[in-house]
Amino acid sequence: MAYLDFEKPLEELNDQLEKARQLGQKGKMDVTSLITEIEKKMVEARKKIYSDLTPWQRVQLSRHPERPYSLDYINAISDGTFMEFFGDRSVKDDKAMIGGFGMMGNQSVMFIGQQKGNNTKMRQYRNFGMPNPEGYRKALRLMKLAEKFNKPIVTFIDTPGAFPGLEAEERGQGEAIARNLYEMSILKVPVICIIIGEGASGGALGIGIGDRVLMLENTWYSVISPESCSSILWRNWDNKEKAAEALKLTANDMSGLGLIDDIIKEPLGGAHSNPAEIFESVRKKVTELLEELSNMDSQSRVDNRIAKFCSMGVIED
Amino acid sequence: MSWFKRIKEGITTSTKEKKETPEGLWHKCSSCNAIVPTEEHVASMYVCNKCDFHDRIGSEEYFSILFDEGQYTEYNANLTAADPLHFADTKKYTDRLKDSISKTGLKDAIRSASGLVNGHPLLVCCMDFKFIGGSMGSVMGEKIARAIDICIEKRMPLMIISKSGGARMMEAAFSLMQMAKTSAKLTQLSEAKIPYISLLTDPTTGGVTASFAMLGDLNIAEPGALIAFAGPRVVKETIGKDLPKGFQTSEFVLEHGFLDRIVNRKELKTNISQILTFFGV
Repeated sequence: MAYLDFEKPLEELNDQLEKARQLGQKGKMDVTSLITEIEKKMVEARKKIYSDLTPWQRVQLSRHPERPYSLDYINAISDGTFMEFFGDRSVKDDKAMIGGFGMMGNQSVMFIGQQKGNNTKMRQYRNFGMPNPEGYRKALRLMKLAEKFNKPIVTFIDTPGAFPGLEAEERGQGEAIARNLYEMSILKVPVICIIIGEGASGGALGIGIGDRVLMLENTWYSVISPESCSSILWRNWDNKEKAAEALKLTANDMSGLGLIDDIIKEPLGGAHSNPAEIFESVRKKVTELLEELSNMDSQSRVDNRIAKFCSMGVIED
Repeated sequence: MSWFKRIKEGITTSTKEKKETPEGLWHKCSSCNAIVPTEEHVASMYVCNKCDFHDRIGSEEYFSILFDEGQYTEYNANLTAADPLHFADTKKYTDRLKDSISKTGLKDAIRSASGLVNGHPLLVCCMDFKFIGGSMGSVMGEKIARAIDICIEKRMPLMIISKSGGARMMEAAFSLMQMAKTSAKLTQLSEAKIPYISLLTDPTTGGVTASFAMLGDLNIAEPGALIAFAGPRVVKETIGKDLPKGFQTSEFVLEHGFLDRIVNRKELKTNISQILTFFGV
């Protein structure tokens, strides 16, 4: 288990617990009461820490190395029926973006998502979840495929941003994202988008135009990462906590501002502390929403989707 | 040889008699350093006659270049930014806005106006880079959305002149959602079969490039403009190498297939009216 800096008290208690257990195994000392006490303390400490997380702590949680990624969610909620499809039919297959069909009960669903890797090698293979234009074009190709056969779309958003590389620029990163925003607005099938980790800027939005946009409790979604925001506005990297506050990037903030539709609660300690539980919550929510959305006719779905995004913004007239 | 000798030391002209060149009479090209009378520079549409360098200009200049007799009707001229997040970095967002408004005489980074271009009606939304870097916040999104409504109602073609550093950080996710808003709104314009010309000028980057600027029925650009999603500094940091010459210029973007044309500002008006003729509007 990897501990974040603000989880130090938990780590210490966990060490104590380990020691107590070893003591119990070695000697004849009765440690049961000691263990129960430490466990009780751990529950309380965890509750205390997690009841009052700062925006920056949530950003840290959203990047926790043990957090489930898109494929974990997809495999879980499609009960292992997911079949991945590759390539944008133009340049290559982008490993930072995945997509394919899977079954949820009797309903086939097109799943799309940014994918991160869970070890150094895989992180590189997945380009740290930063898609190139091919990724967005693959995603769009598959969404169009779903539309053709009238299947709903669920996207999982988890990216530190669209890749800012040389080839990405050559192949039109801006155009690829723009095209997705445009085309997703008018997809005739239900579209649900879920931010499961990091929702960084245009790279996230590129698969984020949905009838319903949800955020898991400990994720962030904004126009820029707190670090980059700090470096641009404060001209140093030390104000990331302040930037995280100022950007109002947490699920609660985003919901309060009316920029997302709902929040999915995470287990105590974050999604990674109990993956089975978060998968179940996501499955429940998606099932519920798919039913709700499939009861609408496609034209009103599209009209509502466009109207929703067009209502976003605060101005003085 | 006494006539080569300085008779009196130092500057002897009294301050009263000194003749200063009045400010702004001459223009020096920031690319080739050629010096021309300002009047001539304005007459050549702020384009250097020697090296073709296109100066950054604002909405007022574009409107006067494009619209017949410089006549136009402006829309929603009084929309101003709110501060929904009470954003403050080293400076409060509200103060930044106040400063920009008083410094530039503008209300935000975009203006929209309609008029005739060689007799063709056209609605033009044009950005002003001097207003917080032409950044896109709620006002820009709303003005473009309302412009599209007008275009649909009056069946008038739309042109957006982009000149922007991208999304406005001080409105955070609201700025981000303007990308979604403008792109979604453009689907309605397209549905109504009304032409949309996107003109990309120096610089067009970030969220503007990744939304409406790349979604024109025709995407055209001024020569030598920086057109990018990620700016050159960020790309350079990512790849850890120097960037090839001409990277992310209009010419580069055209070669890679994302622009329909590059148009010199001096030919902009004739090109636009010709395009409108092609569209039959």
